Amino acid sequence: MQLGRVMGRVVATEKVVGLEGVRFLIVQPLDKSQVPKGGTLVAADAVSMAGPGELVYFVASREAAEALPERFVPVDHAIVGIVDDVYLEEE
Amino acid sequence: MKVGKVVGTVVSTISIPVLDRHRLLLCDIEDVEGSPSGYTIAVDVVDAGVGDKVLILDEGSSARQILGLEWGAIRAVVVGVVDELVIDGMTRT
Repeated sequence: MQLGRVMGRVVATEKVVGLEGVRFLIVQPLDKSQVPKGGTLVAADAVSMAGPGELVYFVASREAAEALPERFVPVDHAIVGIVDDVYLEEE
Repeated sequence: MKVGKVVGTVVSTISIPVLDRHRLLLCDIEDVEGSPSGYTIAVDVVDAGVGDKVLILDEGSSARQILGLEWGAIRAVVVGVVDELVIDGMTRT
């Protein structure tokens, strides 16, 4: 799982069967120090309550499709939790 | 599996149900020289702590098997604490 910052949301009415009602958010992946790393991606919101500006963690690949109530839907990134705090050992 | 080092923890109250009650460790993934080549957030099942060198499993079905789940969005799990590595006959801790 990786850290990410929610940048916005994607509104799509017409979707593949199984994705109805699923929220899609634009996420900026972060490194462990919460510095943006790489391009933004679109992730399904499996906790249904992540919002813009929030620090979240997400899972990628096949496991993302197991995060939603409807299993094995075509999803490649899913937000699986909202971060309260990150305790990072001082380097 | 990969060798890594626990560098921190992630606290999360709101998460998907399968992640409830699990400690989340922020781990550097290390190369053979011990230099970090990325990181992952992994579920802890061995009570590893910050500073420990650990063995990280990064594969979904094995992760579910360890946690006794039939399904669930869990992929990275800390499955061992490394005592030492022997590389080219040299012991590293």
